[in-house]
Amino acid sequence: MDILYLLIPLSSVLVLGIVGVFAWALHKGQFDDLEGEGERILLDEPQSRKIAPLQESQPV
Amino acid sequence: MAMTMGSSGAVYEDDSVRLFALAAVLWGVVGMLVGVIIAAQLTWPELNFGIPWLSYGRLRPLHTNAVIFAFGGCALFATSYHVVQRTCQTKLFAPRLAMFTFWGWQAVIVAAAISLPLGMTQGKEYAELEWPIDLLIAVVWVSYAIVFFGTVGTRKIRHIYVANWFFGSFIIAVALLHIVNSAAMPVSLTKSYSAYAGVQDAMVQWWYGHNAVGFFLTAGFLGMMYYYIPKQAERPVYSYRLSIVHFWALIFTYMWAGPHHLHYTALPDWAQSIGMIFSLVLLAPSWGGMINGIMTLSGAWHKLRDDPILKFLIVSLSFYGMSTFEGPMMSIKTVNALSHYTDWTIGHVHSGALGWVGLISMGALYHLIPRMYGRTEMFSKRAIELHFWVATIGIVLYIAAMWIAGVMQGLMWRAVNPDGTLVYSFVESVKATFPFYVVRLLGGLLYLSGMLLMAWNVVMTVRSGQAKASPIPAVALAHA
Repeated sequence: MDILYLLIPLSSVLVLGIVGVFAWALHKGQFDDLEGEGERILLDEPQSRKIAPLQESQPV
Repeated sequence: MAMTMGSSGAVYEDDSVRLFALAAVLWGVVGMLVGVIIAAQLTWPELNFGIPWLSYGRLRPLHTNAVIFAFGGCALFATSYHVVQRTCQTKLFAPRLAMFTFWGWQAVIVAAAISLPLGMTQGKEYAELEWPIDLLIAVVWVSYAIVFFGTVGTRKIRHIYVANWFFGSFIIAVALLHIVNSAAMPVSLTKSYSAYAGVQDAMVQWWYGHNAVGFFLTAGFLGMMYYYIPKQAERPVYSYRLSIVHFWALIFTYMWAGPHHLHYTALPDWAQSIGMIFSLVLLAPSWGGMINGIMTLSGAWHKLRDDPILKFLIVSLSFYGMSTFEGPMMSIKTVNALSHYTDWTIGHVHSGALGWVGLISMGALYHLIPRMYGRTEMFSKRAIELHFWVATIGIVLYIAAMWIAGVMQGLMWRAVNPDGTLVYSFVESVKATFPFYVVRLLGGLLYLSGMLLMAWNVVMTVRSGQAKASPIPAVALAHA
């Protein structure tokens, strides 16, 4: 099972890389405000908040 | 949440989003049609008509490639290009490269549709395409990464929204998996041999195969889920904190689950056990994410009654929950001893594919397409409602038939007489499966007809709408 000597180190390096990215995100304050960020996407398109209740857009 | 909503004067780059969205619908119809054809062939093998290009063994990889990489892939390209611009409030980085990813990806799909029926294959499940096409995929994928991460890099919002983390991890993981698993020695333009041999090759294949499920079919579509459910429900995700935990927990554990595809094979026993344990651990983040998505409707459940698009999105999550419960159960070695190589596996895969990946993509496209054509809604809301019910009934018929067939096959194969001989011959189990194959075909036909309804609705929406560039709002948030 020589292939495990490739796959396990490869996966481990990947996990270390993920730890690095996580540390970067944490350090950069990506997770400082975990409430407001979820709401922001609802504000990015002005018209999207004015959608009337769905109606049938019939007929031709 | 006081804020001014002016426009910065710039517009989003949506040409590639539109093309990918329409291509997703087209390839959805094609891929599901091939699925229905091969379901009919399994029921009545005469439907091969003795023509090699139409034989099950060649059409089956065509079906899987078409639905996963053509339908699912185009839906992922469209939604990720849409979401990354909106959440970063900036236009797509290198829009011409984005257009290249569109035409490059279509070239891959057409090359697959020609080469697979001709019998050209590397023989690796979900990685059948021969080496020249693999090279094209690698080039398109690297371009995709440049466009996506370039857009994230030029964002106007400091925070990277959770959907982009899911999309980003999906892009990186798929690049890595594709390059390692597709390593091969060509002997001609249309034939190559894997760089690995025997059980080594099997292990690389299922390291790839399971992570293709984990990153292509899960992480990517979770990115979709975390944007389109809040948008369609007009509410923020239930717990943004949980969505962050969901992301990191999922990507730390997924990479190790692959060996559960090789239980009771020549793979070392300890490697099988590790695969099983990590598969069981995966239940926790998967269900956390499912609950988070569904609870987004908390306090607004009435919206589910009136809005068929939300029905698609929320029911897709319940199928995600079902298949991420079923998957870990099937990875337990004693359960796997019964389920492996039976149609139960096919039922499990389609619970995830039709239920989770299919419904979330359709819901996201129903939200996206009218907005790409200057409308707020699809042409016919009633057609969306009908599509939802037809598709859901189709899925239930499909997976229930395969569950029963699978357990029945497993029990028949393991039944032994007191003297140690087998009670049933293999062909007896095939014969006993016939009625379930008929029910499965019916389920598939329903699902396909829902997709045809969607195609009609999309054509009518596009014809009555107009492709208009939408302005990027000026960033003026207090906590930006």
